[in-house]
Amino acid sequence: MAATVTREQIQERVTEALVELGAEKDDIKPEAEFEALDLDSLDLVELAQIVEEEWGVEITAKDMESMKTVGQALDLIEQRAS
Amino acid sequence: MSRRVVVTGVGAVTPLGVGAPALIDRWTAGESGIEDGLGRCDAFDPSERLTRKETKRADRFTQLAQVAALEALEQAGWEDAGIEPERTGCIIGTGIGGIGTIESQHDVLRDDGAKKISALAIPMLMANAASGSVAMRHNLKGQCYGTVSACAAGAHAIGAGLRMVQYGDADACLVGGSESALTPLTNAAFTVMAALSPTGISRPFDARRDGFVMGEGAGMLVIEAEEVALARGAVPLGYLTGYGATADAHHLTAPEPSGEGAARAIRAALGDAGVEPEEVAYVNAHGTSTPMNDRAETEAIKAALGDHAAHVPVSSTKSAIGHLLGAAGAVEAVATLLALRAGLAPPTIGWEEREEGMDLDYVPDTAKPIAERSGDRELASVGASGPAVANGASGSLPDVPAGRVGISNSFGFGGHNAVICLEAS
Repeated sequence: MAATVTREQIQERVTEALVELGAEKDDIKPEAEFEALDLDSLDLVELAQIVEEEWGVEITAKDMESMKTVGQALDLIEQRAS
Repeated sequence: MSRRVVVTGVGAVTPLGVGAPALIDRWTAGESGIEDGLGRCDAFDPSERLTRKETKRADRFTQLAQVAALEALEQAGWEDAGIEPERTGCIIGTGIGGIGTIESQHDVLRDDGAKKISALAIPMLMANAASGSVAMRHNLKGQCYGTVSACAAGAHAIGAGLRMVQYGDADACLVGGSESALTPLTNAAFTVMAALSPTGISRPFDARRDGFVMGEGAGMLVIEAEEVALARGAVPLGYLTGYGATADAHHLTAPEPSGEGAARAIRAALGDAGVEPEEVAYVNAHGTSTPMNDRAETEAIKAALGDHAAHVPVSSTKSAIGHLLGAAGAVEAVATLLALRAGLAPPTIGWEEREEGMDLDYVPDTAKPIAERSGDRELASVGASGPAVANGASGSLPDVPAGRVGISNSFGFGGHNAVICLEAS
C-alpha cells in the first residue's frame, strides 16, 4: 500500500462522497446517523465502492449492518487502510 | 353505473418547453421544438424542481415524469385536496424505461468490471421507476404501476386509470407517460430498422414523409371521479369520457395496413364515451411521419368515422415535438384537451404534399377552429392575430359553436392500439 492515509484525508473524501450521494454538507458529522442524513443502504453500497477505489478497503454488506454513523464508517476505513 | 371522470390538472415537459402551456401555445402557433432531427427537452433542468438527491437517484425519464407530475398536481390543487392517499393511484407508461442508465452502466461493466456497477442501477433503469418514484414523492398509495406498450404506453396508462376511477377502485389517479431514449443504442436500433427519418424531418401525413423523429418528454394528467372533484371545489378542465384498446395481431412493428385494429380501438373509445362519430370535432392523430403508420391511420379514421372523417380536423403533435414513444399518448392527451378548450386545432407542421388516398384535413400551416359538427358548416379561418391561448381564451373564435369532443390515437410496436376520448368542460 502507498503512503499512510490520515484520518483527515479519509474524513475529507468520505464527506465529499456523502455530499455527492445527496447529504447536506453541514449535517455530516462523526455522530450523524446515515438515516438522519437520508442515506440508505443503496447509498452505502455506493460509498463502499468509492472507499474501495480510493484506498483498496473492502466494506462488506455485513459491515454495513452495524455501521450506523459517519464516525463508525470512518473508524472502519481508518482501521483497515492502515 | 360507472362514475364520470374529470381532468383537474395537466402537466408536460416537451421539446417545446417545460409546462403544458408551452406545449399547446407554441404548437398552436406553428412552432417546432425539433432541432437537428431530434426532439430534445433542452429547456429542462431537473434541479429547478427536484432535490439534488432526487435528481441523482433518477434516470432522466423519471426526472421528466416528476416535473410533469408536479405541474399537473399543482394545477389540480392536490396538496389541499384532502383525497385519501390510499384512494389515489399512479400509473405511468414508458416505451423503454431507463435506457440511458442501461447504456451507461453497461459501459461501466465492460470497462471497469461488475463490482463497479452502481447500486442505484436497477431502481434507475426499471421501467416502473417513474410510477414508483412519483407515487413516493406525493404519497399516492393506491394502485401504482407502469404500462409498457411501446408508443401506446401513455394512452394505456390513461385508460387503466380511467377504469380504476370509473369502477371505484380509486377516487383519483395520476396518469401519464414518460420517455428519455435519445441514446446511441436506441438511435442506432431505430435507424437500422429504417424507422427514423433519414432527413430528420417530422412531417406526418405528407407524401414526402420518411420516418419519425425521436423526441423525449413526459405528460401527466390528474383524473378524479367527478363527484369527488366537485365536492372539494375543484374546477375540471374537462372530461375523460372514453377508452378503447385493441391489438392488430399482425406484425410486431408494422401496422395492419387497412387500419382495422386501430379503427376498432376508435370505435370502442367512442362507444365507451357514448359519442357518435359525428360528434367528434377534433382528432389528435398518432401521426408518426412513417410511411406505413400515417396511411394505415388515415384508413382507420375513415373506417371509424365514416363520411364525417372528411370534415374533422386531424393533426399530429409529432410534427412539432417528434415522437415521444411511451410519453406520446400522454403528452398528446394533454394537447388534445387544451386544444379542445381553446377551440383550436393546432396544425400538422410541414404538411404540404398530399398523397393519393390520404385525403383528410390534416390542418396544414396554421391552426383552425374546432367547430361543432364541422362538416355542416363553412368555417371561418383563423385570423393573423395568432391563436387563442389555452385555458379558456376565445377572442378569435368564429361564431359557430365550438366542438367539445376529441379523440387522441396512440399505436405502438407490438400491434397495440389505444384511443382515448376527451371532452372540454
